[in-house]
Amino acid sequence: MSPIDGYEISRRELMLGAATAAVLATGFNGALAETELEGVGRPVSSLLDSKVSLKVNGTDREFLVDTRTTLLDALRENLHLTGTKKGCDQGQCGACTVIINGRRMTSCLTLALMHEGDSITTIEGLGTPQALHPMQAAFIKHDGYQCGYCTPGQICSAVAVLDEIKAGVPSHVTIDLNGSIEISEPEIRERMSGNICRCGAYSNIVDAISEAAGART
Amino acid sequence: MIPFTFERATTPAGAAASALRTEGAKFIAGGTNLLDLMKLQIETPAHLIDVNALGLDKIEPTSQGGLRVGALVRNTDLAADARVRKDYSVLTRALLAGASGQLRNQATTAGNLLQRTRCPYFYDTNQPCNKREPGSGCGAIGGFSRQLAIVGTSADCIATHPSDMAVAMRALDAVVETVKPDGAERSIPIADFHKLPGNTPHVETILEPGELITAVRLPKPAGGLQIYRKVRDRSSYAFALVSVAAIVQKDGTGCVAAGGVAPKPWRVEDADGEMKRGAKAVVAKLLEGARPQPDNEFKVPLLERTLQSVLTEAKG
Repeated sequence: MSPIDGYEISRRELMLGAATAAVLATGFNGALAETELEGVGRPVSSLLDSKVSLKVNGTDREFLVDTRTTLLDALRENLHLTGTKKGCDQGQCGACTVIINGRRMTSCLTLALMHEGDSITTIEGLGTPQALHPMQAAFIKHDGYQCGYCTPGQICSAVAVLDEIKAGVPSHVTIDLNGSIEISEPEIRERMSGNICRCGAYSNIVDAISEAAGART
Repeated sequence: MIPFTFERATTPAGAAASALRTEGAKFIAGGTNLLDLMKLQIETPAHLIDVNALGLDKIEPTSQGGLRVGALVRNTDLAADARVRKDYSVLTRALLAGASGQLRNQATTAGNLLQRTRCPYFYDTNQPCNKREPGSGCGAIGGFSRQLAIVGTSADCIATHPSDMAVAMRALDAVVETVKPDGAERSIPIADFHKLPGNTPHVETILEPGELITAVRLPKPAGGLQIYRKVRDRSSYAFALVSVAAIVQKDGTGCVAAGGVAPKPWRVEDADGEMKRGAKAVVAKLLEGARPQPDNEFKVPLLERTLQSVLTEAKG
């Protein structure tokens, strides 16, 4: 049994406990999760017990959330994937960056309920200690961190940045909008500006991404 | 966040009807500004209508030779679209100058138009703010106003509209398409879409209750050399102190819109007529009636110099 599976059991127990508490507190039960709001005619999720299904790191996960639950909190608190970090919780620092349907996004500024059926890759899904993703290996080799708190977001962002360049998405520093885009230090620095590192490991992060980019092309 | 109910809309008109009918309802698309404000309880919707499944995510040619950009087209996709890059490069440049890669992947075209100001007094719930709490006063006037507006302001509000995208769209004469709760559609020139603060700074657009943006229409390509120049406190991922979106034709005519200086994307058609006379003449018209604060009066010469730099670049 993997550690994740272990969490799965405790998650179910937790959810059972939470559901019981909700029933006691409000008189609601799970059957009322989807109700018809009068005059609207479409399913409306109630406050405390909305069902959401996500494909996280290749595995289908279905669980109940409060409507207010951000994707970040769902990953960390419901699914116990604590690799994704909460920094500012306002979309400014990038520590919560995950890859949703192939695109990097700040998981703190989106609700879990807005991602029904989406495929989400977190740092746990990129590689394992035994089989590192090339970007993870490059961060280790180049010392692309000090405290490590921003690192999962940096790595998820960096992996997606290389895909964006490959797909021809231009950036603020791309000189010719209609030409091909070369991977360069200015391109990497501009594209990574949404990931803040308070330790200031930026030069090593750029080295790591440059190496991973070279290894892939 | 305060508790709210949540709904996934299936048609644009249905979303609009639901928004009108449901007390305290708001649309959510990218969520990059709304959720941020909900966490601070500056926005407190009782009901969220998720519009992401409405299929408004396409960029299509119009019969007039322009493009119709769906309301849900993400900022990244709009910036990267080959037609936009080629024929509306000022828009691509403006989009790429805004936010971060992650946020551009989330943020939508309509949401970008509707984003709220980044005025620090709007964000700080301990401060008075007529936009956040009508009648409470304005902490920014006489306060820290370095980022704030110098023209189009009122005695009640000096907040700026923070968008880069909208500044380029103003230069391009874009048109906002909407659907109302009764299913009626209308087209609003972007010049008329945002309102000046006057004595109701909390009313930011002419949208009616429940009205939903469905697309932004770009007219046929304007040609010319298109430049977006943004001046900010750091070279990436910061809001504009001032910005200039310019379309300059070979004969020196053209048009200019400015960001970071006003409560809406700022363009004065009379100023466009001064293009051949240079930056000083254009900015004199553009900033007619400006009332800067001591903290932000630097934006007057900064805008003129930024435009001068753009016009010099356009001459080649």
